[in-house]
Amino acid sequence: MKIIKHTGLVIFLLGLTLFTGTIFTGNFSFTQQELDNYITEKGYKNEVIKEELSKAIVTTESLNIFQFSKKARNAFANANNHYDKLIAKYDAEKNWDKKGEQYQYKINGKPHTLSYEIAKKAGSGFVRENAGLLWFLTFGLGIIGALLFIIPNLVLLGKPGIKNDGIYLESATNRGWIAWLVLVYLVTFYLVLYFMADYAVNWTFILDPISKALNGGPASQWFVYGFLYCTIMLTMGVRMFIKYRHNKYQIVRTISVLFFQIVFAFLIPEIMTSLNMPGYDFKNAFPLDYDFFFDWNIESLKSSGGIGIFILVWGIVLTLIIVPVMVYFFGKRWYCSWVCGCGGLAETLGDPYRQHSNKSLNAWKLERWLIHSVLVFSLVMTLVTLYCYFSGTESLLGIKSQWIKDTYSFLIGAWFAGVIGTGFYPIFGNRVWCRFGCPLAAYLGLVQRFKSRFRITTNGGQCISCGNCSTYCEQGIDVRSYAQKGENIVRSSCVGCGVCSAVCPRGVLKLENGPEAGRINPTDVLLGNDVNLMDLVNNK
Amino acid sequence: MEHIVIIGNGISGVTAARHIRKNSDKRITIVSTETAYFFSRTALMYIYMGHMKFEHTQPYENWFWKKNKIELKQGFVSEVDTKNKVLQFSNKETLSFDKLIIATGSKPNKFGWPGQDLDGVMGMYHKQDLQNLEKFAPNNKACNRAVIVGGGLIGIELAEMLRSRNIPVTFLVRESSFWNGVLPAQESEMINKHIKDHHIDLRLGTNLKEIKADDKGRVKSIVIEETGEEIPCNVVGLTAGVSPNIDFLKSSNIELGRGVKVNRFLETNIPDIFAIGDCAEQHEAIGRRRNIEAVWYTGRMMGETLAQTICGNKTAYKPGHWFNSAKFLDIEYQTYGWVFSEKGKAENEIYFQWQHPKDYKCITISFDKNSRKFIGINTFGIRMRHEIFDKWLTENQSIEHVLEHLADANFDPEFYKLHEGEIVAKFNKENNTNIQSKKKSWKRIFSKA
Repeated sequence: MKIIKHTGLVIFLLGLTLFTGTIFTGNFSFTQQELDNYITEKGYKNEVIKEELSKAIVTTESLNIFQFSKKARNAFANANNHYDKLIAKYDAEKNWDKKGEQYQYKINGKPHTLSYEIAKKAGSGFVRENAGLLWFLTFGLGIIGALLFIIPNLVLLGKPGIKNDGIYLESATNRGWIAWLVLVYLVTFYLVLYFMADYAVNWTFILDPISKALNGGPASQWFVYGFLYCTIMLTMGVRMFIKYRHNKYQIVRTISVLFFQIVFAFLIPEIMTSLNMPGYDFKNAFPLDYDFFFDWNIESLKSSGGIGIFILVWGIVLTLIIVPVMVYFFGKRWYCSWVCGCGGLAETLGDPYRQHSNKSLNAWKLERWLIHSVLVFSLVMTLVTLYCYFSGTESLLGIKSQWIKDTYSFLIGAWFAGVIGTGFYPIFGNRVWCRFGCPLAAYLGLVQRFKSRFRITTNGGQCISCGNCSTYCEQGIDVRSYAQKGENIVRSSCVGCGVCSAVCPRGVLKLENGPEAGRINPTDVLLGNDVNLMDLVNNK
Repeated sequence: MEHIVIIGNGISGVTAARHIRKNSDKRITIVSTETAYFFSRTALMYIYMGHMKFEHTQPYENWFWKKNKIELKQGFVSEVDTKNKVLQFSNKETLSFDKLIIATGSKPNKFGWPGQDLDGVMGMYHKQDLQNLEKFAPNNKACNRAVIVGGGLIGIELAEMLRSRNIPVTFLVRESSFWNGVLPAQESEMINKHIKDHHIDLRLGTNLKEIKADDKGRVKSIVIEETGEEIPCNVVGLTAGVSPNIDFLKSSNIELGRGVKVNRFLETNIPDIFAIGDCAEQHEAIGRRRNIEAVWYTGRMMGETLAQTICGNKTAYKPGHWFNSAKFLDIEYQTYGWVFSEKGKAENEIYFQWQHPKDYKCITISFDKNSRKFIGINTFGIRMRHEIFDKWLTENQSIEHVLEHLADANFDPEFYKLHEGEIVAKFNKENNTNIQSKKKSWKRIFSKA
């Protein structure tokens, strides 16, 4: 069994290496004819770009993506520079008409995005021509290797039951060098994905055939991300099924997050796209879905006919009615650990790292400041955006709509949710984003804390303060501090993953939806002692 | 300001300190030799197993003590001068007190076996025992086999610990079946089976004769009393129960039995000196409890109670209904009320028992055969609600009432398979009754006794 496991690890690492290695392969260049077609297709008015690009990328030299990207970005920069100089010149001459004319020639877009768009067409090579084979060598080997690594646990972990043996003795799960290596890999991955997508264009070639089959178009970097996300969740979901096979709550919950990720977040939007509808994730609620009220989204929905209007109404109803009502009955877990995609990744890929969330009082204070600030930020941004959209102005109270949207997307959308949220799993635990950043979680948390039937019941006086519950709480709740007082856990941040209850050796904790009366029950003297003493101390 | 000194920073001493602080601004000092800060002794096993680090076993952050003005002193008390109210430390320091609380817990029993003090022989009680185990049994290369002597709760935990590092374990149990002085046969036999499932070499009805040393004074093997068989091993765990840790009091005039003798108010024979937790011995047992209760929960309760007395509200130690819990490898165990083993139960007490055909789940309900009064329940592999059973015990409910409303008591996680139907059906069949299992009711669960 151990041999199978180790073989699996080797195969997985081989797959991962090949996957990473594909980035460095391929040739990127255009013929003059291809470039002319591309520029016509793009409809660039810029008169310099053709010359710049043909100097840069019409070549017989074999360029890899990094060389290509650099040349392409330079070409765009030079082309825009030409007009920037003219603008400066006319500005100095106070020739406002001429100055104004120049802006139409400028090419908008982030350099790496412009470069990505060309690279997507200009790439050739083994990867692109053998997408099927490459899929097997990267995704295929990754999946096979991971499963070979995971499935022997059925035997190796022994009898069903909580098996956290060795977690703090192993480098990968105890913040050792393996954990740091994984952190570096994940952070780099997200930086490439969000900010340097052109570098990952070879990955999109691998998935082009699958993308075409699903939505009719070639794969974008977001398709790669979505596909990878589902693959990882499914594979690590298998691990969850084995690890928690004695615990039906965990099994059902894992099936649920996998279902919502694969069907709602991935398949339905892809199929909608293939039917010429706006691709929409019906479970992604505002304000986690922070660009739902962005002008381009509203415009796109409005122009999509009946389905667009339905989505618009659904999105509003989801946030204002469905979400809080469900939280009232079931707690925020119905979303955060049963439905949400971020939660889904945290509960599968992130499960081995759940013990790293900080349980200190200071971390709790930071959490409350940070998450509620992000909530306010997202609401202000949306208000500004909507006001500007309906009034046709560019700013509200001096806050520019475009600026606040860009800032939020960059700081919260990309850095907090992606790079930090997932990249830091191995060191800071799997719920960094959900705990400190997610504005939807903040909103659900407020409802859960003040108006909900959900609580984690503490079983009388049975707690022995061992600390397993607190250690394995991914949200950094010091569960024990409540349990050892015989007090139920009612915390806004609890996502109801159920692991505290699972790891408790004495059957002290149970996630329940019950009457609101008696939900919060502070006690000093615990059940089991003199009843008169309990009355005296607890009913003061 | 009155100075309260507590010797021992376990659950009893710390609970007392916390409650004294809640009710007063007296000066409080906790003395401990073992560790600087309070930790959960019951969690020591999880550190070796890699589930947690030592810091995770500390229920309070380190700033807690200063913030609550609870002074912590590390040192070993060698003598208590009751006349001058002064503690003598082994390093000649002294500390005077106005009131003294002795909460020094237990130490592992040693029964004079030859070789019991060799290197590689250890109990599993103190933090130092854990360090010792880490030294002598870091993995199965350094430790080819460990022998555990004594079949109680600590013994099976030590076996689980060693197995988590794939160290072969031989488990010597004096009784004919695991813990059958406490558990009914059904449960004891189920645990025997489960122990063997975990590839532990369980030897029932087996006693230790001696522990043999190699030429470096380290454990080499043990010899079994009954058969004379010699088993090579590198580590011997002595887990044949615990006894009060009170040797340092022998020179004082505090009355000692097996533990520190106390009355119902947890007072010793010397005014202003009290004892709580594992080390306290009641002059007369409370109800069906033992005179010395070496249990986490009772330690906590004594701490809660004594704090009242110290703060001027003189309160007797009057624990409510008995409850306890443990975990045997993968099987969780809870008990509410009294269930004695076949040997220990009274003549009027009879069992109703149910066992799952495949899984490791079973219950034993003890009830009065004449009055049908419910006396207690042992539950294995099914979690039950403490509040509900406590209420039923207070209300003197019948066995029929308990079975009818058993669903109210279930505390398993959501979606777990429920067994009330099968349990009640078995009872009906055996007793010719027609009890109908009622659905869970929040209203009943929350109604007070």
